[in-house]
Parts: sequence; C-alpha cells; structure tokens
Amino acid sequence: MSIPMVALTSEPRANEAPREVWGQTLCDLTAAGANTVVLDGDLANSTRADIFAECYPDRFFEMGIAEQNMAGVADGLATLGYVPWLSSFAAFLTSRDLDQIRVVIAQPGLDVKICGGYSGILTGKTGKTHQSVEDIATFRALPGIDVVAPADGRELRAAMAALSVSGRPAYLRLTRDPSPVIFPDSYVFEIGRAVLLREGADLGIISTGVQTVRALDAAESLGSAGYSVAVLHVPTIKPLDVEAIVALAEQTDLIMTAEDHSIIGGLGGAVAETLGEHRPTRMKRVGIQDRFGESGPNDALLKKYGLSSEAMVEQAQALLTSTR
Amino acid sequence: MTQNRRSLRTTSELDDLSARTRELILRSVFKAGAGHIGGPLSVTDILVNLYFDRLRVDPTQPELPGRDRLILSKGHSSIALYTVLALRGYFPVEELDTFDAVDSRLQGHPCMKTLPGVDMSTGSLGQGLSPGVGMALGARRSKLDFRTWVILGDGEIQEGQIWEACFVAARYRLSNLTVILDYNRLPQFGWPSETGYTREVPIDDPAAKFSAFGWATVECDGHDHDALRDAFDKAEANDDRPTAIIANTIKGKGITFMEANHNWHARVPTQEELDAAIAELATRSLAGVGRS
Repeated sequence: MSIPMVALTSEPRANEAPREVWGQTLCDLTAAGANTVVLDGDLANSTRADIFAECYPDRFFEMGIAEQNMAGVADGLATLGYVPWLSSFAAFLTSRDLDQIRVVIAQPGLDVKICGGYSGILTGKTGKTHQSVEDIATFRALPGIDVVAPADGRELRAAMAALSVSGRPAYLRLTRDPSPVIFPDSYVFEIGRAVLLREGADLGIISTGVQTVRALDAAESLGSAGYSVAVLHVPTIKPLDVEAIVALAEQTDLIMTAEDHSIIGGLGGAVAETLGEHRPTRMKRVGIQDRFGESGPNDALLKKYGLSSEAMVEQAQALLTSTR
Repeated sequence: MTQNRRSLRTTSELDDLSARTRELILRSVFKAGAGHIGGPLSVTDILVNLYFDRLRVDPTQPELPGRDRLILSKGHSSIALYTVLALRGYFPVEELDTFDAVDSRLQGHPCMKTLPGVDMSTGSLGQGLSPGVGMALGARRSKLDFRTWVILGDGEIQEGQIWEACFVAARYRLSNLTVILDYNRLPQFGWPSETGYTREVPIDDPAAKFSAFGWATVECDGHDHDALRDAFDKAEANDDRPTAIIANTIKGKGITFMEANHNWHARVPTQEELDAAIAELATRSLAGVGRS
C-alpha cells in the first residue's frame, strides 16, 4: 500500500497559538450551527475559552475549580443534545476526573470533547504538577474515546470541525505555546487517518502533536547528512491508522517515534504494539523516558528530555548506524 | 415550574405498589443469586411515589425531550429502579428475571444505553448529582420546563464531587433540580470506634450541610407516601434555588428481620428467608400475587 502524501504549506514559516485557534474555532463552529457549550475550570483566560465566553455568554458555563463535577455536568448537557467542550489543563482534566470520564462519558458514549490544554512538558515553566506525560496512555486505554493531537493551528481547526460532528467522545490534546504552521489552508483532516509528510527509504519517523514539526526538522538534517527519512504524522492516536504505520515499516524497515509524552503507552507504545503484531520492525521510541518533568524554558526542557530535533537526529543516527 | 401534579394514585394504592415492588426486588435478587437488598428496600417508596404519582413521563416514549429526569445516583439500588420501571410499563415485568445475567438490559448498575427509562448511567458513587446539574442547566437554556430529580444515598455524600455539584447548583440557582437523600444511616462497613467498627450515619445532619451550600431543605418520612407527596410539593414550589429532601428511611424497610440490619446490604436470601419475607409483605397489602 502507498500512503497518501500531504503537501506542506509553501508559505514562509510563521507561528500560530493553538489555544487561540481553539477559542476562535469554537466560536466559528457555533456560528455555523454547532450546538456547542463550553465548560471551564476557572482557566478560561489561559485555555482561551474566554474567546468563546465573549462570543456566546449563554453557552459558556463556568464550573469553578472542580473538574469532577465539570465532567458530570457536561455529561448531563450532552443528554440534551448539546456538544460540550471542556476547558482546563491536560494534567488535571485527564486525571482528576478520570472516573467521571470513564463512567458517565466513555461508558454511555456521550458526545463530550475533553480538551486538555497545556499538555506535555511545554507548559510555561509550571513544572511537573502541571505537565502531562501520561494523558495519551490513559485515554488510549479507555474504550470508545478518540484521541487527537494536532500538529499546528490549521490541523487543530480542521480536527475540531471533524470532532464537532463525530457524535462520540474525544480527547483533544492541545499545547500552550505558539507553534509553526506547517499545513496548507486546504488541509483536510480525517479522524483516524495518518498523513505522510515526507517520503524516505532509510528511516520512517512517526510523530504526533507538535513534535511533528521537530520531526520534520530532524528529517531535513538527516537528509543533509545523506539519509532518506520519511515522516508520517499521526494526529489521531486512537483510532490508529494501522495500515499507514505498517506500510511505512514495509518501506523503511526502520522506525522511530516522536512525541511530547511518555514512551510508555503513548504513540510509541501504540506503534510498538501495532508493529509487534503486524510487522515486527526494529524501532526506537523518542519521548519522555518514564519520568516526570520539571519547570524550565521550552528549549532547555526539549534538550534535557531529549525531545529537540537535534536529539532526534542523534537518536536516528544511532539507530541507522547500529547493527541488528 | 408550577405545581402540576396529578394525583394519580391514592395513598393506599401507592402502599400496595410499594409492597409489590419489594416482593419483586426480593424475588429478582433471589433468582440472580446476587444483588443488593437493604438499599433497594430503603429507596422503594421514594421511587414508587415518583414514578406513579409525580414524574411527567410516558413509558411509551422514554426519550421524550420534555420528560422529567430521574437519576438514581446510588446505582447499586438498581433492582429497585428496574422493578418500578417495569411496573410502570417501560418493559415487561418478566424481564426482571434477567437481572444481572449476561446480555441482560438489567445490568448490575443502571446503563442508560441499554435500558429505556434510565436517564443516566450510574454505579460509581457520588457521580449522579453532576449530570443532574447539567440537565437542569440545559433545560433552562433550552427553555424546557422539566424537573430533574436525583436520588442520593447517604453514604455517597461522603464523596467530594457531591459538594462540588452542590455549590455549582446553588450558584446557578437551579430551582428545577431536586435531590432526594435516602437517609437510612447505615453504611456498608462503617467507621472505627473504641468498641470496634460502628455503623453510624456517614455524615450527620445533612440538611445543615445542604443548607450551608445554599440549598432549600425539607425533611420527611421516606416511607410515608403522604409525607413524600408533601415534600415533593414543597420542592417544586421553590423557585429560586435547588431543594434537598432529606428522606428518613430504614435500610431493609418492610421486612422485619432485614430492617436496619447491615448484614442485608448485599446478601441473597435463602428460600426460607424469601418465603418469610413475602409472607410478611402479603399480610400488609395486595402483594403476594407474585410471579411464579
């Protein structure tokens, strides 16, 4: 099978803040007819749910710092046909109310969008209490919830449009800081579809979320060094695009995963499970090595935790030059 | 919402329905060889009164948008809800025989996706009030005049989420939301004391707690259908805040040897015990015209 290729934008690289895209897209979807409500855990000016609160005050419900109740209230609203989007930090929203999400959202399959802002370790110098290195693993294990981690603002916009009409619960993984726009305006997002961003024969990098930008940079550097490196972006970690992952392994016979998340249970875990079962392939998981983070500037954190494009290049070179 | 209760049943009829419900609960748990008894018998009269005298529901149209909502937050009393739903006509009474069986719509804890009439999936304690808050908020925004009723157990109000929901409901002045606390004062295991574990009431004076969170409160005898009617009337009359009805109940109510006895929290009766219990119910009412 050949994996469909998506062309990157030809515009000069510019940054866009996902959280602002998120707040504005909620308004746009509602203006277009979506029956949106937004519930906030007293963080609206951080997650930028405040943009929506200003547009649609009667569809915005402040819930205070009480995530368990917030998840339950969302569930009650969903039974009336509303599509609730939850606003809080990933670290709290995916753990504090996990039992509520399990019992009243996932089990009945109610259409609630759990939006984890400030995911991963790039959370604005807040440290390990506010970072989430295990949220993908947690939500992957919950039956019936889609798990989506967009790479840039354009993909986020497209993903939100798809999620708003999916009719089932989803976890949307968001990052705090502005990140480069890589997709063209015409990009089409499809839940469960991975997209090939770069062809290559020596190594296939499979990445998700904002790490895809760093994966592209790493592939570019490796290209300069004479390696042919493919990049497969996986915005939907569940349901996983098994066909695309297996096809990439067929093409490159060597795989590296990249994510701003623990290597246990996240994208790396999912790819390892998939290839182990369908097409055993030598691979390396680049991500958080089974530990919690700390506070610090983004660049310092990316370096220390091995998530920078330079770190990816080093890992890839070690993988490419090692013998079986 | 105005008081629009239609007195569909006489008190005597409601008492008979309660006895019939209790008999079917006992028979179902006996047949399943599993399930709870004490809690279902404690909440029986509340459910009977709601479904046969209060709720604006139509068993032939269980998804009607304007229907009143009922959330049994203490989901382990599922068999009481199933029995009342069956008697009210949501599904055949014979289906109670499938309680707890594989592929049954009558799961150990209520599932809104499988059984018509169940407005919310429950089972993990302390979670039922929050969806009720969501329904009440949504009703107001959608301009639907239905009322949301949430039955809480007195053990589950130890969960912090209940009080999260309480302060939010009060802040939004959700007068279309009513809690009924099944206040039977008998936890499953209890708290340590100098003389061993004591099964004291989990949280004392709940009315004062709800009141402190900004709720109106009413206390009543949770086994007296007239008292329940009055309490429900009062809750519906409050137009500026949610109401908590503290219904004083007895765990295992209706069967002398089960009443206020923690051993009947989740015990299955023997054949002899079942016969004795049904005989006791038969002496009080029309119950006893049971299923074979």
